Amino acid sequence: MAEYRLEMHGISKSFPGVKALDNVNLSVRPGTVHALMGENGAGKSTLMKCLFGIYKMDEGEVLVDGQKMNISNPDEALHHGLAMVHQELQPVPDRTIAENMYLGRYPLKSYGPLKVIDHKTMNEETVKWLENVKMPFDPKRKLGELSISQMQSVEIAKAVSQDARLIILDEPTSSLTENEVEALFSIVRDLKSRGVSFVYISHKMAEIRQIADDITIMRDGTYVGSWNMNDISDNEIVKQMVGRELTNVYPPLDNEPGEILMEVKGYTSISDRSFQDCSFKLRRGEILGFGGLVGAQRTELMEAVFGIRHIKSGEIFLNGKQISIKCPHDAIKNGIGMITEDRRGTGILGCLSIADNVSIASLDNYLEAGVKLNTKKIEELVQDNVGKLSIKTPSSKELIRNLSGGNQQKVIISRWLANNPDVLIMDEPTRGIDVGAKYEIYQIMIELAKQGKGIIMISSEMPELLGVSNRIMVMCNKRITGELSGEEATQENVMKYATQF
Amino acid sequence: MSKKINIKDTLINNGIVLLLAVLVVYVSINVPAFRSFANLKNLAINAAPRVIVALGVSGCLITKGTDLSAGRMVGLAGCLAGIMLQKPDAPGKIWPNFPQLNVFLVLLICMAVCSVFGLINGIVVAYLNVPAFIGTLGMQMIVYGIALVVTNAVPIGGYRADFTTVTQGNVAGIPFLFIYLVIAAAIIWFVYNYTRHGKYMYAIGGNESAAEVSGVNVKKTKIIIYVTAACLYAIAGFLFSGKSGGASVNLGMSYELEAIAACTIGGVSVNGGIGRVSGVIIGVAVFELLKSSLQFLGVNTNYQFIAQGIVIVVAIALDIRKYIAKK
Repeated sequence: MAEYRLEMHGISKSFPGVKALDNVNLSVRPGTVHALMGENGAGKSTLMKCLFGIYKMDEGEVLVDGQKMNISNPDEALHHGLAMVHQELQPVPDRTIAENMYLGRYPLKSYGPLKVIDHKTMNEETVKWLENVKMPFDPKRKLGELSISQMQSVEIAKAVSQDARLIILDEPTSSLTENEVEALFSIVRDLKSRGVSFVYISHKMAEIRQIADDITIMRDGTYVGSWNMNDISDNEIVKQMVGRELTNVYPPLDNEPGEILMEVKGYTSISDRSFQDCSFKLRRGEILGFGGLVGAQRTELMEAVFGIRHIKSGEIFLNGKQISIKCPHDAIKNGIGMITEDRRGTGILGCLSIADNVSIASLDNYLEAGVKLNTKKIEELVQDNVGKLSIKTPSSKELIRNLSGGNQQKVIISRWLANNPDVLIMDEPTRGIDVGAKYEIYQIMIELAKQGKGIIMISSEMPELLGVSNRIMVMCNKRITGELSGEEATQENVMKYATQF
Repeated sequence: MSKKINIKDTLINNGIVLLLAVLVVYVSINVPAFRSFANLKNLAINAAPRVIVALGVSGCLITKGTDLSAGRMVGLAGCLAGIMLQKPDAPGKIWPNFPQLNVFLVLLICMAVCSVFGLINGIVVAYLNVPAFIGTLGMQMIVYGIALVVTNAVPIGGYRADFTTVTQGNVAGIPFLFIYLVIAAAIIWFVYNYTRHGKYMYAIGGNESAAEVSGVNVKKTKIIIYVTAACLYAIAGFLFSGKSGGASVNLGMSYELEAIAACTIGGVSVNGGIGRVSGVIIGVAVFELLKSSLQFLGVNTNYQFIAQGIVIVVAIALDIRKYIAKK
């Protein structure tokens, strides 16, 4: 038997303009759980996609049980005993468990020339595999009736039924409750004892401690190192994940936070799987950063503040007065604006002009006699913003989808400048934007803060979070776990709170 | 090189309009009666109420919806108007004891009745999140059923003179119908381009989630759209009924499909967010020209349906093609 179930040596992968992976290694021993850790964008998912042939690696080699492999698609990977349970499961919820287990490889039986699906065999086999992961379910039940964790177990059973000897779990617990995590772990331990290896991608330190034997850490697409879990402390892991020099340049943060503008108390989502009991305060003239790793529920919390999502309990106060927000319309009326994370999905109005995109949230201010819009004044507003934010466009009639990402983002910012809210929530405001435009957006944020507005910025980029926040709230696993300002606001501290659970 | 491709794209994207232009030219040359003033006037009169229906449907299409109940609402409004405006001594008068109301009051009643159905359409689409295709399909059947109940499937005729005058008359040679068309189009054009409602409508069609996040009251806007549409169908039904001097439950049948087709030909995108009043008018005109051309060429009515069907499918295929090409 080879020493390693899987070896990946010197894996490199470039995308136009970015080196996503640079000489990365990963070696997984048989019958162990190998944690793969790193910040957002460290290249964990890219590495796994290279392994499964979804991306073609530029350099490097893959060995499975000591044999050199050339895997070009997930099907081939499965053939060699590699399976992946995705972060977002992609089953067919309206079909039965058995049909999902055997999707694409249904057992057949023949009636003369006619081949039909052998339901009996399929259901019997499914029961067998489900027992394997301690799930005594009727195979004829619809998959959609199961909980997410149970579906995950079905996926694992499916992988095992296909003779997988290495299973990748990508953030398997991000939407599970504590009991469900325990159930998952017992399955993992059981399979481990039977020689199955796991690569376990997660941000949660406590879980890694519980389940992992070895750990590999990545940072900014590079390989940092591999350790046995017994040989590395939590602090050391955090340090290795963030150990970079802060070189990015940010505009001077010379705004001065004033009195309290908004207060959120005990916000709890209607879903158990989302944010719980979150409280924070926002001051006038302050940029409040929200840090944390992907899946910490920062976006969900802010979308609830803005009324896109719903809460089970919690209160919100603006200027000391309690307000009620049930939909974005309510939030806007109360002077709260939000630039969402998904620019394409909930930001731009693609087939409309820049002018329409800028003015849509503030048309109420441009009504004449309550009916007609003053198109001349609207045009002035648009021209004003196009100039002020130096939006590069031939004219205000240009369709927004023809602009670059950075210019689209500036148009969305203009939309809120025109609306003039007291509180502006910006979710990943510089995602997918080039460096120059990023700097301009930081300047706008600081300028708004100086005008006395409260800015909330969710950012998954550590340097940005540290560079443009007056104060930082850190979230982990649905809760606010830390508040940092001044000297305390360091990469290590943010990461410590962000991996607390 | 790129210019060549543009010419090709332009030709394909406007293929239907160009093809029909060729057909119209061909018919004009070969059948002189087709290009006579009388026929053109006839075309305008025929097109006018259809444009009004299409204007109603266009709002639904722009918000990624549709309204399959349009034709049946036209029918119901036409029948109601006819019933209320029958002469006191009309043979077989359906509501013998109904008072003789002012003709415009009758129009308002028809609009009020249809707007109730429009309101239900809007609520079903906006609040119950039923796909517009299904919700308005149901309404189509409901409205047809109501029309059957009201008329007992008996054809309605014997209209009062004032009804005939307002729908068939003309001033200085310009048919009233044409004037109504201009007024309706002007109002809708103003709404689409110069009001908050119009901007919200395009925003919802462009990206409903983004519109909502920008504070647009999506549900209210959609309801207004379906109610407005229903009012326009009622006006069209009133005009159709008066124009032909009689009505039956079959009035308006499948007009919604013609309207959707006309909108699409005129550049209203079935993917939402795009569409202009001028386009809707051009679309209806093109469609009416097609029908008229085929008539003048002596094509059997049955074959005309086949031709219209082909035009609808091709028009939408070309529209979708534009959208995909832009990705």
